[in-house]
Amino acid sequence: MQNLTQQVPLLFFGAVAGVAAMAAVGVVAFGSAIRSALCLVLNFFLLSILYFTLGSQTLGIIQIVVYTGAIMVLFLFVIMLLNLGGIKILHEKRDPRLILGGVLGLGLFALIATQILLPLQRVTQPRAAQDFGKPESLGVTLFSGYVWPFELASFLLLIGIVGSILLAKRRILPSERQEDSVRSLESGEVAG
Amino acid sequence: MTGLLTNFYADALTRDTWWIQLIRVLLLIVPILTLVPGLIWWERRLLSWMQDRVGPNRVGPWGLLQPIADGVKLFFKEDITPAAVDRAIYFMAPAIALFPAFALGATMPWGSVDPDSPYRLLTPVADVPIGILYMMAVSSLGVYGVVLGGYASNNKYSLLGGLRSSAQLISYELAMGVSLACIVLASGSLRMTDMVKVQEGPLWGIGGLPIQNWFFFTPYGFLAGVIFLICMVAETNRAPFDLPEAENELIAGYHTEYSSMKFAVYFMGEYAAMFVFSGIFAAVFLGGWNPLPIRWEAIGLGGLNHFLKILGPLFFITKMAFGISVYIWLRATLPRLRYDQLMDLGWKSLLPLAALNLIGIATWQYVSSVYGAGTAIPVGTAFVILAAIILGFVLITRKANARDFKPRTVRYVDAGKGSVEVAETGAPS
Amino acid sequence: MNGVPLIFYLGLGLFMFTTGVVGVIIRRNPIVIFMCIELMLNAVNLTFLAFARYQPSVLVTNTDQLNASAMHGQMMVIFVMAVAAAEVAVGLGIIMAIFRLRDDIDIDELNLLRG
Repeated sequence: MQNLTQQVPLLFFGAVAGVAAMAAVGVVAFGSAIRSALCLVLNFFLLSILYFTLGSQTLGIIQIVVYTGAIMVLFLFVIMLLNLGGIKILHEKRDPRLILGGVLGLGLFALIATQILLPLQRVTQPRAAQDFGKPESLGVTLFSGYVWPFELASFLLLIGIVGSILLAKRRILPSERQEDSVRSLESGEVAG
Repeated sequence: MTGLLTNFYADALTRDTWWIQLIRVLLLIVPILTLVPGLIWWERRLLSWMQDRVGPNRVGPWGLLQPIADGVKLFFKEDITPAAVDRAIYFMAPAIALFPAFALGATMPWGSVDPDSPYRLLTPVADVPIGILYMMAVSSLGVYGVVLGGYASNNKYSLLGGLRSSAQLISYELAMGVSLACIVLASGSLRMTDMVKVQEGPLWGIGGLPIQNWFFFTPYGFLAGVIFLICMVAETNRAPFDLPEAENELIAGYHTEYSSMKFAVYFMGEYAAMFVFSGIFAAVFLGGWNPLPIRWEAIGLGGLNHFLKILGPLFFITKMAFGISVYIWLRATLPRLRYDQLMDLGWKSLLPLAALNLIGIATWQYVSSVYGAGTAIPVGTAFVILAAIILGFVLITRKANARDFKPRTVRYVDAGKGSVEVAETGAPS
Repeated sequence: MNGVPLIFYLGLGLFMFTTGVVGVIIRRNPIVIFMCIELMLNAVNLTFLAFARYQPSVLVTNTDQLNASAMHGQMMVIFVMAVAAAEVAVGLGIIMAIFRLRDDIDIDELNLLRG
C-alpha cells in the first residue's frame, strides 16, 4: 500500500505525459489542419497540468490564458477563415522528405538523449522551494531584475500588433473607394 | 494521494479531507443546475413584463413549471445528426461548451471565509492564490465549444457563427483582463477571497468612514466594473452581443445543426455561464456576500457581523439575481450590434478606457501609499475630472466627425432616361 | 513532484521538440508548420521549468542562489510566451496576406524570393 501511494505521482505523470506525447504526434500526423490544432490545444492544456505538478502554478495558468485561450483560438480562426475561402485541400505528398525528416528527428533525439539527458538520470529530488511559482515572487522578480526585458517584450508585442494589422489590412486606394461607391449605387444599393 | 495534492496547492486543497472537497464541489454545481430552469423562467417572465405582455403562465403556479416542460420536450425530441458533419468534433463540442461554464466558479467565494464563519470550509472550491487568473483562463476556454460546433456542423451559417464568436471573444477577453487587472492592483491580490476581504475595509481607505470599500463605489472600480459588465455580456454571447447566433443573418449561428439534448446542453452552458459571471461580478465588484456596504463595527453594531455572515450566501444569491436581471434588462432594451460596431466598441473604446483606468488606479495606489489615504480623495477627484474631460473630448470629436459629411455628388442610373447626376446636399442619414 | 525523476520531464520535452522538428520538415501546410514551431517552443518551456524546479547543477549550493536561479527559469518561460505571441500574430498575418495574394498556401509553391 505504501508502495502504491509512492507510485501515484509517477502514474499521474505517466498518464498526462503519455497523452501529451500522443497529442504532439497527432499535430504532425493528422491530415486536416483543424485536427492538428485540436491536438495542439490538448497538448498545451496537459502541459499546463504538468506545470502545476512542477509547482509553478502561475505559469501553468498563464499557459492556459496565453496559449489555449488566445494563440490557439487565433489559429483556429485563421484555419476556419481559409476554409471559408474555399482553399484546395493540401495533399501531403509522400516524398523523400518524409524519410529525411524521420532520420533527422531520430538523430536529434538520440543525440540530445545520450548527451544531455543520460547524465541527469540520477536527479530525482527537486531542490527549489515548493512554492517557487507563487504569483508574488514571480511578480517581484519580473518587476525588479527583469524590468528592462519586460519593457522590451512589451515593445515587441506592440510592434507585433502594428505589423499584423499592416499585413492583414486590405489597402483601399482613394480612387478605388470612389469607384466602389459608384458601382454599389449603380447596382441598386443606396449607401447610408 | 495527499502528497500529490500538496504539490498542486500546498495551502488550498489540503485544508481538509476529500469528502469535504466533494461537498464543496457539489455545493457549487448543484445550485447552478437546479437554478438554471428558474433562470429561464425568470428571463421569459421579466422579458414579457418589459415588453408589456404576460409570458408563460399556464404550467404550474405563475408558469413556474414551464422550463421543466420545455426540458422534457427537448429530451424527447428526435436527435438529428446531419450526414456531412465532422462526427467526432460534432459530438464533443457541446460537452466542451459545458465544461468551462461549470469550472468557472471554482474560485468564486459565495460566503465568508473568516474563521468565525460557518462556510469557511465550504467555499470556494479552491481558494488558490491565482483565483482571478484561473477565472480568466477558464472563461477563455469557453470559445472552443462555440468554434468547434460551428466548424463541425459543416454549414456555412454555423461556420460564420463560430468565426464571429472567436473574434468577439478574443477582443473582449482583453478589455476584461485589463479591467480585472485594475482590481488586482487595488486589492493587491489575485486571490478572490482576498478581494472580497479588501472590500470590507473602509471606503477609499479612509479610516473613520462607516462605508465599505466596494469596488463599484470607487471611481476606478466603477469604470472597471462597467467595462467588466459589458465584457461579461459579450463573453456569454448574450444580447446585444449575440452576433454568433444572430437569427436574422445566421439562422441560429453555431448551433443551427444541433437538436434535442445537444442543443439543450449548449443552452444550459450559456445560462450556467451567465450565473457564474454574475457571481464573479458580485464577488469582485459588489462586495461578495456582504448585504449592505456598511461597516457595522464602525457604528457600534459589530455584533451584527456574525449574524450577517451566516446569511451571507443568501445575499450573494440576491446579488447574482440582480446581475442576471441586468442581463435580461439589456436584452430587452438594446438592439443587436452590427459587427463593425462590436469591434469598434471592444478595441477602440473599452480597451483604451481600461488601460487608462489601469494607469489611474496605479497612480491612486501610489499616492495613497506614499502620502496617506486622505490624499486619495483629491487624486480621485482629479481622476474623475480627467476621465470626464477625456470622455467628453472623445464624444465631442466623434460628434464632429459624424457631422463632417460634405455634400456629395451621387450618380445613379435611371432605367428609363439613362445616367442622371443628382447633387445631394447634407449628410446622408 | 516528488518521486518523478527530472529525466521524465526532459524526455517529454525532448520528444515534443523532435516531433516539432520532424513536423516542420515533412509538412507542407504553413499553418501546421507554425503549430509545430509552437510545439517546439513549448517543449523548451517545459524543459526550462523542469530545470528551474530540480536545479541539477551541483555548483549552485546556497539557498539564495537556488531561489534566484529558480526564478530565472520562470522568467525565461514568460519571455518565450511573449515572443511566441508576437510571432503568431505576425506569422498568421503573413499567411493571410499570402493567401489573399495567391489563393494557395502550399509552402512548396512559395518561391517568390527565388532569384
